[in-house]
Amino acid sequence: MDTMEKLRILSDAAKYDAACTSSGAQKTAKRGGIGSAEACGICHSFAGDGRCISLLKVLQSNACVYDCAYCVNRRSNDTRRASFAPRELAELVIAFYRRNYIEGLFLSSGVVGTPDAATETMIETLRILREEYHFSGYIHAKAIPGADAALVRRLGLLADRLSVNIELPSGQSLQRLAPDKTKAAILGPMGLIQGGIDENRRDLVLFRHAPRFAPAGQSTQMIVGASGESDRHILMLTSALYTRYRLKRVFYSAYVPVNEAAALPPVETPPPLWREHRLYQADWLLRFYGFSSEELFDGTEGRLHPYLDPKCHWALRHKDMFPLEVNRAPYELLLRVPGVGVKSAWRITRARRAAALTWDALAKIGIVTKRARHFLVANGKRYYDAPAAKEELLLDLMSPRERALFRTETASVRQLSLFGEETPALSPAERKELSCLAAPI
Amino acid sequence: MSRRPDINHMDSALTYRYDGSFEGFLCCVFESYAAHELPAAIVGPDAPELSLFGIKEIPTDEERAARVARSIPTRISRAADELIRHAFLTCLPEKELVMLRFLRQGYRYGARFLSFAGNEEVWRLTEAVKHLLHEAHLLKGFIRFSDQKGVLVTTIGPKNFVLPFLAPHFAKRFPEEHILIYDEKHHAALVYRPYESAVIPMDDFRAAPPDEEERKFRSLWRTFYNAVEICPRHNEKCRMTLLPKRYWKYMTEFTKDAPPEMERIETGA
Repeated sequence: MDTMEKLRILSDAAKYDAACTSSGAQKTAKRGGIGSAEACGICHSFAGDGRCISLLKVLQSNACVYDCAYCVNRRSNDTRRASFAPRELAELVIAFYRRNYIEGLFLSSGVVGTPDAATETMIETLRILREEYHFSGYIHAKAIPGADAALVRRLGLLADRLSVNIELPSGQSLQRLAPDKTKAAILGPMGLIQGGIDENRRDLVLFRHAPRFAPAGQSTQMIVGASGESDRHILMLTSALYTRYRLKRVFYSAYVPVNEAAALPPVETPPPLWREHRLYQADWLLRFYGFSSEELFDGTEGRLHPYLDPKCHWALRHKDMFPLEVNRAPYELLLRVPGVGVKSAWRITRARRAAALTWDALAKIGIVTKRARHFLVANGKRYYDAPAAKEELLLDLMSPRERALFRTETASVRQLSLFGEETPALSPAERKELSCLAAPI
Repeated sequence: MSRRPDINHMDSALTYRYDGSFEGFLCCVFESYAAHELPAAIVGPDAPELSLFGIKEIPTDEERAARVARSIPTRISRAADELIRHAFLTCLPEKELVMLRFLRQGYRYGARFLSFAGNEEVWRLTEAVKHLLHEAHLLKGFIRFSDQKGVLVTTIGPKNFVLPFLAPHFAKRFPEEHILIYDEKHHAALVYRPYESAVIPMDDFRAAPPDEEERKFRSLWRTFYNAVEICPRHNEKCRMTLLPKRYWKYMTEFTKDAPPEMERIETGA
């Protein structure tokens, strides 16, 4: 099989991994070498689905002995199998990199034989790149659940970022849909990687030239919509992963039905893209806006508002805190105003030292006046009079697309419930399951 | 010490013409103070004669330029100095005039001027520079090199003059390569050979047709580009927002190579 055919098969097999970021590492090529990395990451292209293409995202091999129900590469699927030889792949990476097609490599692999054997092949590819080509571009490698600790360690010394996919948001779903993977096999390497990063941080204080272990940290991905977990469940797990394993990112991947299975949504089901979008919005609120996962839900609700940004939804439920005087409100509260982002909140705190801010200045600072006007006063002045009625306000905070969606999907419902219908709270069993998934092992 | 009130009304009959260099612009600033006047337009050397009124030629004088250059970081701030230098590379319409107005107010208010969030000139220059830096950042990723006998060559068509920002990036990334990036909108090129780079004026550049190996990697890249899309998630609008169409014609994944025979006829080989 020629390289073209392998590339077609192995990139097609890898594309369901959401992460393609090249951020978190800052490096310059050494003399005689090739490759650098920018902390902010660089996108090299955008695919037809609008996702960034930064890294050459391929599998080393899609011959997998596992049989996970949701995965295109599962053993029982009748798909063409292919494998890159380590040197063949390394040469392709360098040829692409020189032409500035890519920012680096995102390497994963099916479980060929054993997790250890698959990891060893990946290590050989990375070794050729790092040691023979002196390549210092970005490498993201997937740690395969069940691989030996020493191999994961070696992988971490070669890669900039490591990730282990948590795959599904609960142990039960994992057992049902990915019978070959266990919670322990996934969280094991995750803890191992975190340990490696921490230890490396201590070493670097003592020895400046200590080899760097996964300098861009670790991330994970979970599939949304293949199993029944609520948004609340997913976000509580996410926030546990951020605090307990100090992950850089948690990615959500709207499930694209690729396989026919009784336990899964039917193949015609469209991927739940809106839900994925809401989860990412909430994820940003957790990481940059000082929200906790509990705050995003009201009482017993289990899902995020389907037609409204979670930040707007939170603000609507806390109307008594608003409006804020933009010239006096502390930074932490400015961050909670819909239409004010991390950058504009910072700019506000800086600009108001020079002169009192007016609505005109706020627009130039870059806040979204359309949303913020309901929640701010500038120099005692409201943007406009007559705060809208609650229902009107709700519609006003939606984007045109959200409003269209809201109108079509709720057209038949006479009694519009303001905040969407309620879903049941977490059952005690679900709570227990959640706490044990996030617990250290 | 009493100050003369700053002039707020521009002289609608007055146009400055300078040589298009940054030093030339600084001399316009000098002239504006020396003659105590605010022109209605500042044009480069190639500007068509549109004005019915007199054009005042501003000669470039090194000493005057140096005086103004020194005054910006000391009398306003280092940040203002950087903003002005970057703003000069942007595609902001009438940028010279906006920059002159910015500087006149800057000298008046000093370092705090930059944090006047509502000020028209601060805002316009900040936005223009944001656009410039963003475009430079995008091109770090969107540039596609062709290997032409060991030299990496490419053509770009950016709105802003981004070459000075690309130089350090590619020097860091490919220290051992020979590189040529031709900007066909500004008729300039970035040339790099190990451990030195320069931005030089260049009227025209046409890359040679790709050889067999180059064709192979181009088609491998197109294969990857097409395979990596998740088709049920197709989202044309999202792609267009993130990767505007004006970049497409320079990018391997959106262009086709003519068959080798055609190339030979075209180039007369």
